[in-house]
Amino acid sequence: MDQYYLNLLFIGGSFLLYIGIAVWARAGSTDEFYAAGRGIHPVTNGMATAADWMSAASFISMAGLLAFNGYSASSYLMGWTGGYVLLALCLAPYLRKFGSFTVPEFIGDRYYSSTARLVAVLCLIVASLTYVIGQMTGVGVAFSRFLQVENSTGLFIGAAVVFFYAVLGGMKGVTYTQVAQYVVLVFAYTVPAIFISLQLTGNPVPGLGLFSNFEATGEPILTTLNATLADLGFASYTEQDTSFLPILNMTLFTLTLMIGTAGLPHVIIRFFTVPKVSDARLSAGWALLFIAIVYLTAPAVGAMARLNIMDTIWPGGAEGEAMLIEEAPPWFENWQTTGLLGLEDANGDGRLQYFNEDAETLPPVAEASGAETNELVEFNRDILVLANPEIAQLPSWVIALVAAGGMAAALSTAAGLLLAISSAVSHDLLKRTLTPGISEKGELLAARISMAAAVAVATWLGLNPPGFAAQTVALAFGIAAATIFPALLMGIFSKRISNVGAVAGMVTGLVFTVVYIFLHKGWFFVPGTNSFPDTIEGSLFGIESTAIGCVGAALNFIVAFVVSGRTADTPDDVKAMIENVRIPRGAGGASSH
Amino acid sequence: MTSGTQRRPSNATGYWKANLRTIYGCLIVWALVSFGFGILLRPLLAGIEVGGTDLGFWFAQQGSILTFLVLIFFYAWRMNKLDRDYGVEED
Repeated sequence: MDQYYLNLLFIGGSFLLYIGIAVWARAGSTDEFYAAGRGIHPVTNGMATAADWMSAASFISMAGLLAFNGYSASSYLMGWTGGYVLLALCLAPYLRKFGSFTVPEFIGDRYYSSTARLVAVLCLIVASLTYVIGQMTGVGVAFSRFLQVENSTGLFIGAAVVFFYAVLGGMKGVTYTQVAQYVVLVFAYTVPAIFISLQLTGNPVPGLGLFSNFEATGEPILTTLNATLADLGFASYTEQDTSFLPILNMTLFTLTLMIGTAGLPHVIIRFFTVPKVSDARLSAGWALLFIAIVYLTAPAVGAMARLNIMDTIWPGGAEGEAMLIEEAPPWFENWQTTGLLGLEDANGDGRLQYFNEDAETLPPVAEASGAETNELVEFNRDILVLANPEIAQLPSWVIALVAAGGMAAALSTAAGLLLAISSAVSHDLLKRTLTPGISEKGELLAARISMAAAVAVATWLGLNPPGFAAQTVALAFGIAAATIFPALLMGIFSKRISNVGAVAGMVTGLVFTVVYIFLHKGWFFVPGTNSFPDTIEGSLFGIESTAIGCVGAALNFIVAFVVSGRTADTPDDVKAMIENVRIPRGAGGASSH
Repeated sequence: MTSGTQRRPSNATGYWKANLRTIYGCLIVWALVSFGFGILLRPLLAGIEVGGTDLGFWFAQQGSILTFLVLIFFYAWRMNKLDRDYGVEED
């Protein structure tokens, strides 16, 4: 069958599945819309959380980051998984016991303050909305590459599907759709990786293949990769820069990703859906297990794809000659048309010389072939996962599977984020602040309308991406790390933090983090408005803007403690509430607030 | 809130202290395998070879994730036991 129709079959089939699930799992009450009736099995919830968590960035971009940054990209692996330890130990069970519908609801009630609630709503909306842009643009790119439709048409189709199952099913519909999306996603990610690992190392488990011998040389994969990279003037794949600032930044960046992960509202609200406190603890473990299947595979995908590309371009190794451009494999042409891959035969020898032209000395192989500049002028890291099956010459159904998987990753995360936004608007803004007298039916309608509005805003942002989609992720993690995580943690583990202290802490963390990021990346990301270059050398304290969230969190803690020490003590009924939250007994089913 | 506010067991303090001890223990391991073995202490592990690189690289890309998994399931098991020992488990 033609590749196009295979893609259409896999993507169309998966979309029909999601819509079918949505019709089956309609939400009939606010409890079902916000928390899926609190009846989700921990394993099911773990799977849904994994799909919710693994975004277009995890699926499409992470292996590319690893492939081109090697060891230093380990921050993403440790950061994006280490947060689940914090969630399981420090947040999820207590928030489940409290039994709220949203994250701002807990913050507002614990700090007995509407201001705290509204600051939390603001942080939630900014963090979630910036995150959703990347998902929507991801849907558009996947559509245009695999179904050859306009970027915008693809975006509208994707948005229509999300609209249908999220507005109809709420958390209940989203949960079961995410389970289906996880299955699609995990097959799409691991099947090509298993094939490639078998081809290169003979080991069917990619995570083990990464540390096995490369069959062509008999040496370990990573040794071969390091040697190949060195021949072409690139930095070593496994080596660590042990000078002070790189180590400091890597540590702080990893910490920021960890506490940001634990503070992202769309992940936290997934733990409100399980029946019991013990299920919330266990469910975090299942979520990490399902995530780990992909995250333990990603480093292998990255390293093996990098090696494959080197071998394709320099088939005889560094002693041989570069690939003839007219004999290039078909994926070169496929991806050149998308503009994500670009080559330029600068020396006109009909061959493609790829090497590091910024190396201190021109690699001997480049000199021998008469090339002075690198001729692979554009290689977008994001194509690595999507093009991987083509690079490894896998059957065409695997390519179609990856297309459907990329779509599933983007849609599941988008739905989770939109749900977090809409429930904050309908529950925290309307029900708890503006129109407290609203009926259950009215609130459910408001939840659906705000969901529809959130989808519309996200679609508009996807159509007109502000041109900084990649950078906004730093903002989302920074805000979650510096505001939401500390507020929740202190709310559970300290009885002394008062309403004024909490608000002062959150505002400090928010302002410091956002201003620091804008100073380096430009005000509202407008290019040229930054006061400092976005590099280690240009940083205020030697800390990169992406790693600043944990410093914002530290300031939040300090300010909250100092201010709380000088303001009135927490009321007794709130202290009783905190003690109650710390004990599993009496969690019960749905509760009305 | 739901019911339960009035049913505060007398040994709640002991339960909370045992919980905190468990959390601290798990967080020390959490920090040791990621920030420790994966980043700061990696030079110390440079001599231990694993598949073409060293143990620190393995911890940074695989070992810490596997340890996190074990930690969460251990915590869930341990807390279930504490819940029962202190009589605060769910109905």
